[in-house]
Amino acid sequence: METSNTKVIAAIVENKPGVLQCIANMFRRRGFNIESITVGHTEKKGLARMTITLSGDDKTIEQVVKQMNKLIDVIKVNYLEKENIVARELALVKVKALDSKTRSDAINCVEVFRGRVVDVSPESLTIEITGTSHKIDAFLNLMRSYGIMELARTGLTALSRGAKSISVDE
Amino acid sequence: MTEMSGAKALIKSLEKQKVDVIFGILGGAVLPIYDHFLNSEIRHILCRHEQGAAHAAEGYARASGKPGVCLATSGPGATNLVTGIANAYMDSAPIIALTGQVPTTSANTTYMIGRDSFQEADIVGITSPITKYNFQLKTAAEIPETVKNAFYIATTGRPGPVLIDIPKNLQTEIAEMDFSDKIGIKGYKPRSKPHPLQIKKAVKLLMKAEKPVILSGGGVIISNAANELLKTAEALIAPVATSFMGKGSFPENHPLSIGCIGMHGNPVANKLLCEADVVLAVGTRFSDRATGTLDTFCSSAKKIHIDIDAAEIGKNIEVDIPIVADAKKTLREINNRILKQGKNREDTPWKIRVKETKQQLNQPPNKNDKSLNPKSLLFELRKILPNDTIVTTEVGQNQMWSALYFNALKPRTFISSGGLGTMGFGFPAAIGAKVACPNKPVVDIAGDGSFRMTEQELATSVTEDIPVIVIVLNNSVLGMVAQWQRLFFKKRYSAIKLGNSPDFVKLAEAYGAQGLRAESLKEFSEAVKKALKSDVTTVIDIPISSEEDVTPMVPPGCGINAQVGKY
Ligand SMILES: Cc1ncc(C[n+]2csc(CCOP(=O)(O)OP(=O)(O)O)c2C)c(N)n1
Repeated sequence: METSNTKVIAAIVENKPGVLQCIANMFRRRGFNIESITVGHTEKKGLARMTITLSGDDKTIEQVVKQMNKLIDVIKVNYLEKENIVARELALVKVKALDSKTRSDAINCVEVFRGRVVDVSPESLTIEITGTSHKIDAFLNLMRSYGIMELARTGLTALSRGAKSISVDE
Repeated sequence: MTEMSGAKALIKSLEKQKVDVIFGILGGAVLPIYDHFLNSEIRHILCRHEQGAAHAAEGYARASGKPGVCLATSGPGATNLVTGIANAYMDSAPIIALTGQVPTTSANTTYMIGRDSFQEADIVGITSPITKYNFQLKTAAEIPETVKNAFYIATTGRPGPVLIDIPKNLQTEIAEMDFSDKIGIKGYKPRSKPHPLQIKKAVKLLMKAEKPVILSGGGVIISNAANELLKTAEALIAPVATSFMGKGSFPENHPLSIGCIGMHGNPVANKLLCEADVVLAVGTRFSDRATGTLDTFCSSAKKIHIDIDAAEIGKNIEVDIPIVADAKKTLREINNRILKQGKNREDTPWKIRVKETKQQLNQPPNKNDKSLNPKSLLFELRKILPNDTIVTTEVGQNQMWSALYFNALKPRTFISSGGLGTMGFGFPAAIGAKVACPNKPVVDIAGDGSFRMTEQELATSVTEDIPVIVIVLNNSVLGMVAQWQRLFFKKRYSAIKLGNSPDFVKLAEAYGAQGLRAESLKEFSEAVKKALKSDVTTVIDIPISSEEDVTPMVPPGCGINAQVGKY
């Protein structure tokens, strides 16, 4: 759950086995509290991008960045200030929808939140929604009244605004 | 490009790194490598336990400044290295650990990694938090580049252990090998030059200081900056305290030396550090045993912190002027600026304060006391041993007494397990140090409990002809923990008695070493002299009281200004 203390760190790392373990290990060992990690390919071959959200004061975040920088498979680490980023999370939610009334109510909510219904069955609806973690939290709160059968959230991924990017020298 | 087997490429790569000795124990998963030792100039020293091999590699590294190499087979061989690797990690020592591994998938093997094969252990996973970096090889052709990168990573920046895990099939696989020298590791660019602006700020602060203290750590030894440090101290007329790991970075018989700080630190160092107005900390990480509680640590001082590891800045204490750079380069620049400004304030009140505090708090042992107490023994030992003698210690009271009462005069002559506090480190480390420096005497100051943990390396030292001296301060107990039970558990002694087993003289003799016993100060000094002349490893057993405490001491949970007990 995102709180006011949640910070976002982006890192470019070597895309090879063991890197995720190594980073997760370091966080565990030093007692840093990860809220979510997302990992995926980047525009460059052999490199992956990680977005990590965690809670902690500025001093902790400074240590996290330094400790990550120390890891040899971590090529670049940036602390992303929340005001200056575009950040999104994706959630897939399966909700109970037994009668047509609840079904149409739920679909209304989905539209307001600009989500999509991606699967329908006689007893359920599966909804895809993207947005900030706050928006997803708000949407899920509404869905609770229908009954959430299953939920999968990706965790936050983020880029800084404007032309600036985390560049890696070749 | 040349075609050869992985094992041959490994040996060739090690030779290219100027490796002259490897400490190890063989086994199934490294047989092809061992076969190639027969064609190499590299000396292989067969240890009796892989932990000993890893500590010996560290002793070699810390005595010589060159990386030390150890080698073990897969599974239990590899896991036996773990304590030694963790020790090197905590004390920033450059060692290369080579391990065999069960084969990867290949046409002619049916076993492979990940199937819980015989003697398979995930050593890369196990050592990931205790190595600076580790590799598991996937193809034989990677060997030359991996070895080169491993040595580069281990020895540059803040040094540390690097492990290379080598599946057995790659050792025999023939591949095209590229031995070029180019280094390119994307995520690793150690910085070593200080920022000029930070230097300027630091010098300004130092020049204004009325009561400067230098705190010198292991980083000064690692970066070979002891000469620069001496110049800084003399130019500023600043007393020098060291961390435990920094012992030896400043000659402890120098008028400006005030000893080690910390829980069992020298009272002069602890006291003056708390009085300082400016502290120049170089290559030190402010560990908890060094600082005591943080709120009272140097609370009246502005702090300059030089360290090559950016993550050490601000990790444990807040500093005013951080400098992320190599200690030697930074001190050189600081010295240049100080000397340009020409500082010469002989007999400052601070210098007088240093002298008086030392006279008051660092009394030598009472000459009339002929009892076999650690303080007299260690003062006596310093008188007998040549200045370049390398001393290692075990862990516990023996170690803290050595820190307090045995003056280290040169860098790389005091080698002890600081960060991990590994009982059993000192003896194999002494063997490694002796291999690195065969012309210097090497002495392990030991406790009876610690020595028992790696004493089997007596066989290594005898059969490989590596003579060292072990001085067993034999109190028949696990002394340091006994002290804690005495002080903090109302003398409820639990599981600390070692009894009088074994007889260390007979034990030494059983291994073919020389065993001596000393029951008076005079006998002790004769025994040490005899051992120095001898060309075989000597164990000197000295029965001492089991009730002796290490004092002074900062009680746990207190600041270093609250040290109690007499030096
Ligand atoms: C491998 C290991 N096991 C346990 C300890 C905990 N420990 C610290 S000091 C000590 C006693 C050491 O006894 P000894 O070697 O006889 O030295 P003394 O303190 O008596 O000088 C023990 C058990 C340790 N540091 N290392």
